Amino acid sequence: MKVKMLLAVFLLLAICSNSYAQDTTAEGDTTAISVDSLRLPAPPGNLSGRDKPNDHGHAIILDWELSPDDGGGSNSVLRYDIYKWVPQLMLDINLVRDSIIIIQKIIRKTTDGIEEGSQADSMLKVFSKFSKDELFDIRNRLTDHIKAENEGLAEASKSYPENGAWLFIDKKPSGTKTFDHIGSKEFKSKGFVPDYADLYYRVDAVTITGAKASSEIFGPIQSSGQWYNTYRTPVVFSVFLFTILTVFYVMRAKQGADLYVRPLGGIEAVDDAIGRATEMGRPILYVLGLGSAADIATIASFTILGRVAKKVAEYQTELLVPTYDPIVMTVAQEVVKSAYLDAGRPDAYKEDTVHFVTQSQFAYVAAVNGIMLRELPATNVYMGKFFAESLILAETGALAGSIQISGTDEIAQIPFFIVACDYTLIGEELYAASAYLGKDPVLLGSLKAQDYAKAAIIILAVIGVIVAQFDFGHYYVDLFEVVN
Amino acid sequence: MEFSDFLWMTCGIFLTLATFSFLYKDNPFYKFAEHLVVGVSAGFFVVVLWHGTLVPNLFQKLEDGDWYMLWLNSSEWWYIIPALLGVLMWTRFSKEYSWVSRWPMGLYIGISTGIAIPLEMSNRVNKQLHAMMIEIDWANFFGGNILSTTSGFAQLLIFVGAIAALIYFFFSKEHKGLFGGVATFGIWILMIGFGASFGYTVMARVSLFINRMQDTKDWGIAAFNNAEVVNPHYGAQYQIVFWLLVLFVVGYIINEIVSHLKSKQV
Repeated sequence: MKVKMLLAVFLLLAICSNSYAQDTTAEGDTTAISVDSLRLPAPPGNLSGRDKPNDHGHAIILDWELSPDDGGGSNSVLRYDIYKWVPQLMLDINLVRDSIIIIQKIIRKTTDGIEEGSQADSMLKVFSKFSKDELFDIRNRLTDHIKAENEGLAEASKSYPENGAWLFIDKKPSGTKTFDHIGSKEFKSKGFVPDYADLYYRVDAVTITGAKASSEIFGPIQSSGQWYNTYRTPVVFSVFLFTILTVFYVMRAKQGADLYVRPLGGIEAVDDAIGRATEMGRPILYVLGLGSAADIATIASFTILGRVAKKVAEYQTELLVPTYDPIVMTVAQEVVKSAYLDAGRPDAYKEDTVHFVTQSQFAYVAAVNGIMLRELPATNVYMGKFFAESLILAETGALAGSIQISGTDEIAQIPFFIVACDYTLIGEELYAASAYLGKDPVLLGSLKAQDYAKAAIIILAVIGVIVAQFDFGHYYVDLFEVVN
Repeated sequence: MEFSDFLWMTCGIFLTLATFSFLYKDNPFYKFAEHLVVGVSAGFFVVVLWHGTLVPNLFQKLEDGDWYMLWLNSSEWWYIIPALLGVLMWTRFSKEYSWVSRWPMGLYIGISTGIAIPLEMSNRVNKQLHAMMIEIDWANFFGGNILSTTSGFAQLLIFVGAIAALIYFFFSKEHKGLFGGVATFGIWILMIGFGASFGYTVMARVSLFINRMQDTKDWGIAAFNNAEVVNPHYGAQYQIVFWLLVLFVVGYIINEIVSHLKSKQV
């Protein structure tokens, strides 16, 4: 087996060295620049580069001055081609990467994207002779090989301009003066750009006939990652201040301070709606929407569900909770089960109270509509994240004669709930409702913190608009800017 | 259009009509369409999750390991950890050990919340706050189009509206007096926005309806071979299928009218 493997690696390297020769002529373009019979364009000037700030590394920003023939002169420049010099070692690594991809294809019994007679096809033929276990072994050895070789890239790049070639990276239309070379951080990826290795770039101005003129070569430059993204400093401060406010008010709530929250119409109606369902002997339908368990609206909805389920357990009414997401279903089951336990009626809890329907949006709507018309619930509660289905659900509920209470933070869906439901919690009222109903110090405290954070935002915004009218205003306004 | 394509199109038209029949009342055709779409989508998503999630993100990562070694000899053995967390979710089937399923859930919600908080703070608070602090164009206050966002008046209105809407969402104080007045102005601003959004979305829905009607028209054209490009495979079977569906729909409508009249007589 070892002999076979060695043979494979030998063949691979033979193909690699052969294909390298093809590569350098095809896209390597070492020093030869195509000389067209027509006039060459003037080259781009003053090529410079810098490490991309506030990133995870592996990226360089290039800037250059437009060729005089771009927008002026003969106006013949069509595009700019960007090239990077890479050491021979990197070219070898790229070919080993290609062979790993071929091995993966053989293991997964697919030949997609491999043309007959191509270099990839010859590799495929070589590796097809091996058993699956041998292929796994070769693949893992080659992966280790790449990993080890990558560590030598920084050293190999010092050999510039010897023992390497220019690789085409990208092209940009005329008029472009900057390019972000965002490489991959994955050493297994072909677009991998090593950090702390010397990088050299050049930019070619290209005319419609293919005539090219190269800029001066820029380099060496190295990319590196930063631990702290200074562009996000305003976010850090905001989160920090909000955390302090939250902790302060949660502690106050725990100490028994009377924290006032104004009554919310929609929430006051929940108790009445449960009473109505009990009197009519009909179930309550609770829809958590299409959000995942990590969506803030869904998390707020869990709290409201807990409250509704507790009341339902006390009044011995039936509760129906059809769900869209399996994780949401699991969490909702826990919430409802705990609520029945709190109400002292664990025996009344049924596993299928909360059930999964499907993860297809309109199929879910069709199923919930069916439940509404067949079970005729007295009350429909829609709390969570909703999308295009909101009006269909709310209209059907109105058709079935149910009392409807809704709440969502999806701005585009609120209008539909407003027109078709009896009570609607708009945006943040949904979060407030969960705190209002729960009366839990943590939730009440965080609601208070949100209120005072809003007050702070209003004050900061008013000051911002006033100072923005003056020349010095940008010093203040820029403090709040978050750059992507 | 081949006859097989025409049959699929007829199927689509039938399901469209079955779904629209819900506007009249719940009926067996709507039930059929509903159960079909729920069943098909559930099956479809099982396949999508299997091939799109489990195979590339788990099975292919552990494919060089051996089952009798519990895939620990795989080159990317650490993928066993999320797999195990997923398996823990199945403890929900046991009454005794269902509490274990809270671990993966806790991890999932914890990680998601950790990612969401800075993102929400950045997108919904910091960026919005920064965008509010604009230099109002006093020189062009009423000039040009007054409601254009470039006019000073519109800029001021947006700012005041945003502040008033924020005040509406202040829960620690009752909406009374001046504070209540500003909050009412805030909710008016919100309602104007919701109205515009409602109209916009209804228009989009109407365009979907028009699309279905156009499909129905195309179906009729295909049934009678009236398209600009004549179908060389056309035969009587196209019209038979067309009239069968029409007969079916008309029959159902007559049946409903008769049932309705009978129930009135009783």
